[in-house]
Amino acid sequence: MYGWAGKILRVNLSEGKIVKEDLNIEDARNFIGARGLGTKIMYDEVDPQVDPFSPENKLIFATGPLTGTLATSGGRYDVVTKGPLTGTIAASNSGGYFGPELKFAGYDLIIFEGKAKEPVYLYIYDDDVELRCAKHLWGKSTHETTDILMEENGENFKVACIGPAGEKKVLFANIINDMHRAAGRTGVGAVMGSKNLKAIAVRGTKGIKVAAMDKFKEAVLNARKKLVEHPVTSQGLPTYGTNVLVNIINQSGILPTRNFQDGYFEEADKTGGETLTETLLIRNKGCFACSIGCGRVTAIKQGPYKGEGEGPEYETAWAYGAQCGVDNLEAITKANYICNEMGLDTISMGSTIACAMELFEKGYITEEEVGMKLNFGNADAIVELTRKTGLREGFGDKLALGSYRLAESYGVPELSMSVKKQEMPAYDPRGAQGMGLEYATSNRGGCHVRGYLTSPEILGVPEKIDPHTTEGKAQWLKTFQDLTAALDSSGICLFTTFGIGGDEISAMLSSATGIDYSTDDFLKAGDRIWNLERLFNLKAGLTADDDTLPPRLLKEPIKSGPSKGKVVKLDEMKGDYYKIRGWDDEGRPTEEKLEELGLK
Amino acid sequence: MEKILVINPEKCTGCSSCELACSLEHESEFKPSKSRVSVHRWPKIGVSVPLTCLQCDEPACEKVCMAGAISKDPDTGIVAVNEEQCIGCRLCVSACPFGNMNYDLSGKHVFKCDLCKGEPECAKFCPSGAIEYKPASEALVNRKKFIAEKFSEILKEVK
Repeated sequence: MYGWAGKILRVNLSEGKIVKEDLNIEDARNFIGARGLGTKIMYDEVDPQVDPFSPENKLIFATGPLTGTLATSGGRYDVVTKGPLTGTIAASNSGGYFGPELKFAGYDLIIFEGKAKEPVYLYIYDDDVELRCAKHLWGKSTHETTDILMEENGENFKVACIGPAGEKKVLFANIINDMHRAAGRTGVGAVMGSKNLKAIAVRGTKGIKVAAMDKFKEAVLNARKKLVEHPVTSQGLPTYGTNVLVNIINQSGILPTRNFQDGYFEEADKTGGETLTETLLIRNKGCFACSIGCGRVTAIKQGPYKGEGEGPEYETAWAYGAQCGVDNLEAITKANYICNEMGLDTISMGSTIACAMELFEKGYITEEEVGMKLNFGNADAIVELTRKTGLREGFGDKLALGSYRLAESYGVPELSMSVKKQEMPAYDPRGAQGMGLEYATSNRGGCHVRGYLTSPEILGVPEKIDPHTTEGKAQWLKTFQDLTAALDSSGICLFTTFGIGGDEISAMLSSATGIDYSTDDFLKAGDRIWNLERLFNLKAGLTADDDTLPPRLLKEPIKSGPSKGKVVKLDEMKGDYYKIRGWDDEGRPTEEKLEELGLK
Repeated sequence: MEKILVINPEKCTGCSSCELACSLEHESEFKPSKSRVSVHRWPKIGVSVPLTCLQCDEPACEKVCMAGAISKDPDTGIVAVNEEQCIGCRLCVSACPFGNMNYDLSGKHVFKCDLCKGEPECAKFCPSGAIEYKPASEALVNRKKFIAEKFSEILKEVK
């Protein structure tokens, strides 16, 4: 077996039973691994209508064939399940060192089934795999949990775990690995909590073979060279981290501000990567096999927000910054630290607070109810409400349901800036039409990493296209969605795509696995994965009507800045997109399409 | 010109590329547990330090080896282990002041960096310059410069 480890772990939490199975190589070939293979297993084994928190839902930790190899930034894994926030298929991707360690232990993926009677964690040391009591870890933060498990088992163990937020089923709770890396979105941590599974501690000492060593090394060096030559991956990300984007996006007039009431934040610079580098940055950090190294080790040395940790990343700096109208980088960073310790998705958390701020300013939420004046710009509020949400204390219990259910409870769901009930991230699509279509059609709800059209629309990579036109966007999006689905499934990081594309990735994948993936095969695998996710969602009860945006983005023009006056013209793109995808008017894949992809 | 391996821990991002490249070269698979170079991490503070044999001029491992299994090549400077001769006593593991001698439990012998016979893969694949393989004079001057720069920054602030 090359690339893949060849084994999977099936852990039935209800019965405490662990079985080692062979990897289905035919499925692996067609769905590659990680996100794709995880989705294939969900589709085959789980009823899409299942309650996400019921024992019948499954939770899959899945690596790809390039995870654990020297492939560029090849340290990713996905957590796949049915998500509680959206009710859709959920695949949440993370870096760090946990995924590779699972491969070194000899497993491509772990399928968790059922529900444990009391808190447990999964211990893996190569062939030794057992469920262990986690009562002593319940209630502990992700950092404490990781510390304890490393102390108990050895410092070489890698840990993925949930914090109090996952235990308490906050709908956007995440899974944290290696202390600071997150399978962040779609509430995968809440599903883990619902199964009474606190953590996985893994140590692997085995090897991963590739089919053609010299060809593989050549492919890696070629891809690395392109990353070194590209300014985003050689300068922007290493120097300033992902937060380099705050000023760039603001200057393009698409930095959503005060719950998307505007697209330009006058104080953006105070929250950006340049300021972070000057003030709180201690050093850069890289994930496994990464030549970019965008991680930020930071510290707030004194004052009310004193603390240390990692971040903020761009999306976080935006969610707590512009989106909440807050320009205090120390408060934003502190809120980020609390999210990591509690196990909360920073995007959904920040944006849910922003929604609450609008509800407060419009008189729906009272000061009495929330215990403070919740105006936009309140820096203390973002820190305090994050902590309360993690523990589901007081008003935090309402925030724990996400912005859609929060706004809905006051009769104004339209004030939630979400798609399929998941909060949108840090790009106002009114000034970048393609991103509007991207959000509307994302298989896991509001999300920027399913088909990052910001890259061509704003950053000009691989080429500059006009952000304000709708023409051609459907085709661009399909290509980006397919590429991303295949790339996520291979186990390398999305950020590499600033410098490399399908050619470079399929060269690494082919030489690693010994299966000849042409660039077309690679993109077709992405198309197959995308359609399978779509089928899952359709069976879960979603329809074409769910492929939409909050009315604000379709009707209310941006008030100020470079994109002033713009709205999203979704109708001009959606029909075109369905056609290009090979779907009917209701957004259902046609028989021909399914046949073509081998999904019948 | 004789080249030497230089470790610059302050540049290390902890990415493991060196361990992967090393194990692929020597074990034909990606296997950090059998890598000659190892990265030690302090995840909380984000610090990581790569360690590998620096091919001492007077190797302590060679001196303590009773079996005569370790020798330094006078031409290349490489300190090598003859695995056939190694009796697995691991005295060299204790003797190395840097902990850079490793023991293979299954093969019952010690193993260490051999500079990939002159083209170290770790240096080739290190993306951040934390491990470099350079002519000795250049490497040392660069190191001095790096330290001197720190002084200059401090002095600038004092003034």
